[in-house]
Amino acid sequence: MSLRDWLRSRLGLEALDHLIEKKSVPVHRHTFWYYWGGMTLFLFGVQVVTGILLVLYYRPSADEAYESVRFLMTQVSFGWLVRSIHSWSANLMIGAAMIHMFSTFLLKAYRGPREATWLTGMALFVLALAFGFSGYLLPWNQLAFFATKVGTDIIGAVPGIGVFLLRLLRGGDQITGGTLTRFYGFHVAVLPLLMTAVLGVHLYLVQWHGMSVPPGIEEQARPARQMRFVPDFLLRDIVGWLAALGALALLAALFPWELGLKADPYAPAPAGIKPEWYFGWMFQTLRMLPSRILGVEGELLGILGFGLAGLVWALVPFLDTADGRGPRARVWSLVGMLALLYVIVFTLLVYRGGHA
Amino acid sequence: MKRRTFLDWMIGAAGAVLAAFVAYPIGRYLVPPRAPEAATRRVTAAKKDEIKPNSFKIFPFGGEPGILIRTADGEYRAFTAVCTHLGCTVQFLAAERAIWCACHNGRYDLDGRNVSGPPPRPLERFDVHVIGDDVVVQKGQGA
Repeated sequence: MSLRDWLRSRLGLEALDHLIEKKSVPVHRHTFWYYWGGMTLFLFGVQVVTGILLVLYYRPSADEAYESVRFLMTQVSFGWLVRSIHSWSANLMIGAAMIHMFSTFLLKAYRGPREATWLTGMALFVLALAFGFSGYLLPWNQLAFFATKVGTDIIGAVPGIGVFLLRLLRGGDQITGGTLTRFYGFHVAVLPLLMTAVLGVHLYLVQWHGMSVPPGIEEQARPARQMRFVPDFLLRDIVGWLAALGALALLAALFPWELGLKADPYAPAPAGIKPEWYFGWMFQTLRMLPSRILGVEGELLGILGFGLAGLVWALVPFLDTADGRGPRARVWSLVGMLALLYVIVFTLLVYRGGHA
Repeated sequence: MKRRTFLDWMIGAAGAVLAAFVAYPIGRYLVPPRAPEAATRRVTAAKKDEIKPNSFKIFPFGGEPGILIRTADGEYRAFTAVCTHLGCTVQFLAAERAIWCACHNGRYDLDGRNVSGPPPRPLERFDVHVIGDDVVVQKGQGA
């Protein structure tokens, strides 16, 4: 028995063969949007590899974090490259996840029987944002310090459990070295564990239900043509991944991620401070809300608004229950378009200035 | 109730109790211990000639930042430096004679009153005494 045959029989690869043989992807004018889930997954893989490399030099304490990242960037061979790729890839990954999420929404792929796929996707998106938020503090620089202060204060403003959550996240009342250690724990242990579990379920569900065909295509007399996943779709996926890798190398080389100044709890927030772009639309909303609206603090109203919008967004498979493309279905398409427009406009506003 | 159903319930209940015994200490462990409230009511924020007129200094006050401003005519004013909006550390804009938070563009006047942007409340004001060479900041009697 050859080694190949031995492995096939011992690992049960015949079942996998069957799966690969059967898996196909519909081909129609929206097929392009099917690639974005795979793109997000690829960038997550880049995060795992570069993250493990960073852990080898990083020291999670207020006295050493900033210095260890500076050492990594200035002394370690290709340290600057690994860190820059990790930071850029994080941003591109969230960008790809957003494209994947909005295209899923607008093509109505969340509809039954794929409600659980949508919900696990939402959970993955929240986890990705949590990765971004916790990782941002780790270099322990000025921008990260205040971003974390504002971010955790927003959580602290949630009525009822806010203060409890704030202390849980900060490891106390203030942002200290204890917060850094906690965020490091979340970033390299808790979140990867959760991400792996939820990602496993998400990928299983995608496999189980197959690819969704948008209602407009489904209504056509002729069913959509199919493309085999292996090798036809996968090879196209790989082209996209190689392009992403090239883009990452280019971005990391031309715009290496800066380290900034070391965090100082007794320095004022620097002018021009802003969060990572994917939190920008919320940041801009909070900045534009007046201090009081109808007697309620504007900030509180904003935070409650974000929570409500997130809940409606997550529960859309159970709200948009109409079949096909009727008027009710169009309302939800409009909601998706408006949400996308809001996020784009408010994100752009952050970069149009507006501070003293 | 059938014996099978009863046993299923009992096993379920025992499992829930066991889960609670595991979850409770983990939950308590995750919540940080409450540090004793900082009893600081009075600190030396600066030396008398350290701050030039129309400038400021951020100083530690009971674990939180405070801001000591010396106005153009030499008067000292002190406030908490924690913005009442989302907790960023404020600074003094000499040109505008205003206290400003860079995070969300909140502004306060030199009495600590929130005058524009999202801050919902004024900054807490502290008493300032010049004692010898020291500028001493102290929480007011009401604070």
